[in-house]
Amino acid sequence: MARAETRPETWLYPTPRGLFCAPGNFYIDPPAGAERALITHGHADHARAGHKHVLATFETIEIMKVRYGVNCAGQFQIARYGSSETIEGVGVRFVPAGHILGSAQIVLEWAGSRIVVSGDYKRADDPTCAPFELVPCDVFVTEATFALPVFRHGPVTGEIGKLMQSMARQPQRTHLVGAYGLGKSQRVMKLVRLAGYDRPIYLHGAHAALTDLYVRLGQDFGDIRLVSEASAEDLAGALVMCPPSALGDRWSRRFDDPVAGFASGWMRVRGRARQRGVELPLVISDHADWPELIDTIVATGAEDVWVTHGRDDALVHQLGQMGRRARALALIGRDEEAE
Amino acid sequence: MRRFALLLDALSTHAGRLDKLALMHAYFQATPDPDRGWALAALTDGVPLRVAFRRVLGTLMAERIDPVLYKLSRDYVGDTAETVALLWPETPRADGHVVPSLSEIVVILQTCRPRDLEAVMAGLLDRFDATERWAFLKFLGGALRVGVSARLAKTALARLELEPSSSPALSDDARGAHDVGEIEEVWHALKPPYTELFQWLDGCGPRPDTVGVPVFRPLMLATPVEDADWPNLRAEDFAAEWKWDGIRVQIAATQQSVRMYSRTGEDVSATFPEIGSAFAGREVTADGELLVMREGIVRPFNDLQQRLNRKVVSPKLMAEHPAHVRLYDLLMLDGEDLRALPFEQRRQRLEAWHAAAPPAWTDLSAMIAFDSFDSLRQLHVDARAASIEGLMLKRRSSPYLAGRPKGHWFKWKRTALTLDCVLMYAQRGSGKRSSLYSDYTFGVWRAGATGAPELVPVGKAYSGFTDAELKQLDSFIRQNTVETFGPVRSVKAQLVLEVAFDAVQRSSRHKSGVAMRFPRIHRIRWDKPAAEADTLETIVGLIEG
Repeated sequence: MARAETRPETWLYPTPRGLFCAPGNFYIDPPAGAERALITHGHADHARAGHKHVLATFETIEIMKVRYGVNCAGQFQIARYGSSETIEGVGVRFVPAGHILGSAQIVLEWAGSRIVVSGDYKRADDPTCAPFELVPCDVFVTEATFALPVFRHGPVTGEIGKLMQSMARQPQRTHLVGAYGLGKSQRVMKLVRLAGYDRPIYLHGAHAALTDLYVRLGQDFGDIRLVSEASAEDLAGALVMCPPSALGDRWSRRFDDPVAGFASGWMRVRGRARQRGVELPLVISDHADWPELIDTIVATGAEDVWVTHGRDDALVHQLGQMGRRARALALIGRDEEAE
Repeated sequence: MRRFALLLDALSTHAGRLDKLALMHAYFQATPDPDRGWALAALTDGVPLRVAFRRVLGTLMAERIDPVLYKLSRDYVGDTAETVALLWPETPRADGHVVPSLSEIVVILQTCRPRDLEAVMAGLLDRFDATERWAFLKFLGGALRVGVSARLAKTALARLELEPSSSPALSDDARGAHDVGEIEEVWHALKPPYTELFQWLDGCGPRPDTVGVPVFRPLMLATPVEDADWPNLRAEDFAAEWKWDGIRVQIAATQQSVRMYSRTGEDVSATFPEIGSAFAGREVTADGELLVMREGIVRPFNDLQQRLNRKVVSPKLMAEHPAHVRLYDLLMLDGEDLRALPFEQRRQRLEAWHAAAPPAWTDLSAMIAFDSFDSLRQLHVDARAASIEGLMLKRRSSPYLAGRPKGHWFKWKRTALTLDCVLMYAQRGSGKRSSLYSDYTFGVWRAGATGAPELVPVGKAYSGFTDAELKQLDSFIRQNTVETFGPVRSVKAQLVLEVAFDAVQRSSRHKSGVAMRFPRIHRIRWDKPAAEADTLETIVGLIEG
């Protein structure tokens, strides 16, 4: 048991400039302009441009460079999964989080206690990234994007099956699948390929650069083409990946009577699908669902759980019922909708 | 249950009418009796199962989930059936798992003793997956909220094809020959699970018997008179009546009972009990306009609205907003079908029947004498009383025909009023229009609290523009968005819409205190500065009655 002056909350805490580790003098996933930033993964609400020094996995750094330019940080340092290092006496280790390519939990050790900052994570299989690795700890800092018991995401194969069946049943209609452009889109493409779909997949321009990066980093998606370079005949009946916002945008008018799909954990709730005008909701999430959140937290053995962005109310309540210390950690700038 | 759940699921995500029709048609075609009949009941008048399942659900959920988590979930999902469906613990399915059919569910619940209901409900929920649980609870609770009207479901039924084995002599063209009107005519003589109806539609049984039942007869509707029509019309061939601003109703009375139907065949008898009493014991089917009338004067449509869609009708409400039916046609009288007779003869029968013993709360729609369309046009221009929408022209020789046959009845609406309003909010359309902001809320100026002019919304319109104009409006909205709330955007007060409408009424439901009847976009005034749009005072000045 840590002594009073070294209790975890005295050395890792939220500040207006981000989650701060005082003895190590660094921030985790901070807003722009940190002296030293440790970054869990490449999503824009975690990885930002403009830090002096960035420590992240190779993939995360590459993602940041694609998004913000090669000079988006003063200096980059690669963290390899599993290898430990010390920053001002604080032990630091990056461990796979299973969220997207390059995503990591950051394990911090200082003064006899261990804190795991999960970033975003999931437990379900994902052929585009390393699986989540469980690290026992004293404090687990968890996300809570889908922290309501209504969120139980079924096996992803069933959802991909829905997409394949819909394409088989309506072969003349273009299937637009709205998906977040980093991670989700690539995961869906990979799963569709694994399910045997071998026709070209077309991409909205906004998904091109990051998909190229995935390919450079060794992911194979088969025949990938750009919508902007395709003819109307090519696109009739084709599978097209696009940002969710493009579904209701002028861009989508180029397709004649398309099927609008949306791959997201939010699609578990009908109202969300209706709000978006989605005809083919696909419950595919890159975040832990409710049972995964609870099981993971329990498995870490953490006595203290700090809950970051999402539905902290429900999760804090549930953990309290289970006799654990849990509290909400208000971090600014987290984007609930980006799933 | 599995098929029904998939049907509801698909209906909830397909916005287009044709898609919905195709989904229902495929379901009715592929599903055996009596299951499809129970599904039809759920899609139309509701499943007549009297089980206190809401209370039972409360108990069952309390045993299974923490009340705080339940409440947070319910608030998030916004629908009890869906919340329960998503929260219910998943039971692993063994091989050979059988999901009970709709008719099995009905039998189970009908024969269930009240004290067993909890266990029975839990047992059923355990056997379903999340989509089936949702569909099951919607099935019990009514209010499916999948965007299907009873009429649309009946339209899907009308497309059912005859069984090939039933009448081999029939050509392919004759299959699926039923009309939705034919179904509506027998509908109210039937009960779930509608087995007789399906047998008839399949060509395996006779037309269901409607003797003694006050069934709905599909209405004859009018078409708008166009400028091009006038040269082909002769004044002496037509009778004229005022077009009243109420709701079209049909009163069907037999010795046994009386019902009043809306124009789509929905039974609205319970909302207007005084009309039912007035026709008790008669043997008649009459067509007319439902109005609210006080001291012999027809009140504006807004008064009628106070009476619509109420389950319980208080004596106070009936006294303050007395219902009245202005009759204009007779379809059946003492067992005789008058529909094949010319209008003129039906009118004579109507007058004679009414004069002999007029039912309370009724009168006849007066015939307007005229010698030429020009003299009628003068009357038409002057018609500005509340409750008059314009004129009806009825061909004297026309039989009573279901639907909207061309050339028989014309509606000649009075000239619309127009006002210059300012676009305030725009909402995404649905279906083909889902990428376009196509529903517009507009307002007019009034003096705000500080005396500075402010806009107050006065109406909403989503028609009256061309596809090209829609695209222009959409791009204006995207470029001038102030804030986005889900599917709605507020826009800079900049664009003037000339809005056409039939009338203005007082309304306590709108912030502005006024409500427009049938607003539509008349012109887009790209040229006009917003500051020069009309004021609330101008609109209030147009209120009639």
